[in-house]
Amino acid sequence: MTVTRTASGGLAEDLGTFHARAKEWVTANLEPLDGADPYLGHATDDADHVVRAKAIQRKLFDAGFAGLCYPVEYGGRGLPAEYQDAFIDVTYGYELPRLFNMPTFTIILPTILDFGTEEQKKRFIPAALKGEELWVQFLSEPTGGSDLAGALTRADRRGDVFVLNGSKIWSTFAWKSDYALCVARTDWDVPKHKGLSVLIVKVHQPGITITQIKHVDGTDDFCQEFFDDVAVPADQVLGQVDDGWNVASRLLLHEREAMSGSSPYAMAPRTAAHENDQVRAAALAQDAGGATDARVRQLIGEARVLTRVHTALVGRIATSIRTGRLPAAAGSIPRLSNGMMRVRLASIALEIAGDRAVAWNEDDPTGDLGVAYLGRQGSSIGGGTTEITRNIISERVLGMPREPAEDLDRPFRDVRTNAAVPRHR
Amino acid sequence: MDLDLTPDQELLRDTTRKFLHATVPLTAVRSLAENAAGFDRGWWQRGAELGWTSLLVDERRGGGSVSGGGLSDLALVAEEMGAMVSPGPLIATNVVAQTLSREASEELASRVLPGLLSGESIAAWCVAEPGRDITPDGMTLQARRDGAEFVLDGVKRPVDTGGQADWLLVTATGSDGLSQFLVPSSAPGLRIKPLRGLDMVRQHAEIGFDGVRVPSSAVVGVLGGASLSFEAQLQTVLVLQCAEIVGATDRVFDFTVQYAFDRSSFGRALASYQALKHRFADMKLWLESAQAITVDATRAVQDSAPDAGEVARIAKAYVAERCPELIQDCIQLHGGIGVTWDHDLHLYLRRVVVNRQTYGDPMHQRDCVAILADRKGA
Repeated sequence: MTVTRTASGGLAEDLGTFHARAKEWVTANLEPLDGADPYLGHATDDADHVVRAKAIQRKLFDAGFAGLCYPVEYGGRGLPAEYQDAFIDVTYGYELPRLFNMPTFTIILPTILDFGTEEQKKRFIPAALKGEELWVQFLSEPTGGSDLAGALTRADRRGDVFVLNGSKIWSTFAWKSDYALCVARTDWDVPKHKGLSVLIVKVHQPGITITQIKHVDGTDDFCQEFFDDVAVPADQVLGQVDDGWNVASRLLLHEREAMSGSSPYAMAPRTAAHENDQVRAAALAQDAGGATDARVRQLIGEARVLTRVHTALVGRIATSIRTGRLPAAAGSIPRLSNGMMRVRLASIALEIAGDRAVAWNEDDPTGDLGVAYLGRQGSSIGGGTTEITRNIISERVLGMPREPAEDLDRPFRDVRTNAAVPRHR
Repeated sequence: MDLDLTPDQELLRDTTRKFLHATVPLTAVRSLAENAAGFDRGWWQRGAELGWTSLLVDERRGGGSVSGGGLSDLALVAEEMGAMVSPGPLIATNVVAQTLSREASEELASRVLPGLLSGESIAAWCVAEPGRDITPDGMTLQARRDGAEFVLDGVKRPVDTGGQADWLLVTATGSDGLSQFLVPSSAPGLRIKPLRGLDMVRQHAEIGFDGVRVPSSAVVGVLGGASLSFEAQLQTVLVLQCAEIVGATDRVFDFTVQYAFDRSSFGRALASYQALKHRFADMKLWLESAQAITVDATRAVQDSAPDAGEVARIAKAYVAERCPELIQDCIQLHGGIGVTWDHDLHLYLRRVVVNRQTYGDPMHQRDCVAILADRKGA
């Protein structure tokens, strides 16, 4: 990445000084997690979650700790990734506005940096860094699965606006968000990848209906959106009209960077060390304690092996992509690892917890492990299924032949789709 | 492989690779299987000239690394040797040389190290015992004081290179505590019995100690204080085993991917079948993971990091579990030819399985990892 320097040509502050100053500030200004979920922090409910996250982000901005690697002209600090790493180091165990981590800081803003007009960058990047605007991605569709370029949501140009109709799904916390990047079809008479555009859409406006989807664990973070003649100003296209696949591909690249721990904009640690918490909880719940039963020790050992190896893998792949040893598509390798690891960890926790995972006293946290097991496959589905990930690794990393496709050589309106499949509403 | 090599490390790797290709191609490995020793001593001495025996030995004692980190250097050699399923007592001799360099008296070091460094003599670490864990508590071979001498009684099995070694580093227990002795293989009372084994060229022996008498000058390090040396030796061995396994697996994966491109069925390349592509994607993930944790473990042990013992065991647990499975998958993808004597796949499988099962298998390592975690309260 480019290192932005101060006017005098040198970094404003060396890494050691920065680290010390950040540590002091964090200790004085952030709240320790004290066992709270790192994602939700000390929020009391859904609404409070957004309010808290925005307030903490504002605090970070005012103290000069927001957007460390973003350019100075858009409200960032223009520092190298080591400064972000240092900040992650000193904030470990403290409440952070993780709501902003993905997709806002690691996926959306980097894509705006890549494709935005000067006006778009000046309008949207500082506002997000100040904690004023939270973003969401409108990518998947109820008819689409992993086939993002097969979008059926349409944006038709009428005068100064694009009129948006259709539906998006699996958007996380859409109802808490302020803006969205939305992939929509603007030309139906060309092959699928050539008729897409990416729009910047205000989430709360007439014509957009958001429904929350109840997850198997009882939470309802995921949403589906319905668009009925939503007017999007024509200057709110990100990148060129009909070049949306190019923009979306970059968005997915940033997503892989975020997932593989190579994004310089992430505020969360790039390791999986905390993933052992589940297994540890299961072991502690054992009446006899974790290390006395040889069978339990095998499972604890396996869990620690998996998480430590995943951490090593994330670092190796990030380095490999940076140095060109592997193509950018190799970001799919940690994604596959993450999915498989979490599936196994959930099973290990269930196994250790025994019958207390299925029938528990109200105050016994062991019950969470059984519930987590129900949603186990989520980690292998969200962000692109592990199946599509295996396609990407074999085709774009190992160079094996692509799967045959029957939608590349003809106008999209002639492609067989799931458009007729009834929608759940 | 470490992604961040110094030019000198690249040179060491490249000269090792060229030398192995020129002197011990797989055809030569197959013929060495007929050789009782499994390797040629003259050849080993030529390898020693490339640095194979000196990397873990201090410069003041005649050794020297190429990068300042001798174990990282040696791991590169081990990876190359894994890729060629090479003969030679790489792990056995180096782990003993490391301990002699660090702990032997001046007299003992000057008597033994020059021969190990030049490759003229060979050493082996006698640690594993029948049915016992590779832990300090697992050691039952007894060392008993008798005047100015010590008397050793017990059995070690399997001893890597035990039938070929000139010097045996013996880990023993007794009223003084855990201790290590350097014993010449010609000592009276030793029963050295070659074992049959899976590897084509790496051989193991059972060594019985029937009242073997050694002078007190044979004590390596502090009498009764060998538990730290034991741990250091074990960490070194685990790292080198992982490097060797990863080198072998990387090679097998490479030629299996190529085979999938070259081989057709039903008019299509094997590499075009999604069912197989997905298996290759999984294998790529496992291979990169194995390489990543091996590098992390090598660095942790090299730097004596506080978590070196844990990371080394995690690496062995993962690499030694995953990589043999990966090679079995590659055999499956080759079809019938994969289970023939003539195909080289089994040479690699033999080497990785031998590494898997010796110096603590994955199940043992997972147990150790869990116990370490419990101790840390994390």
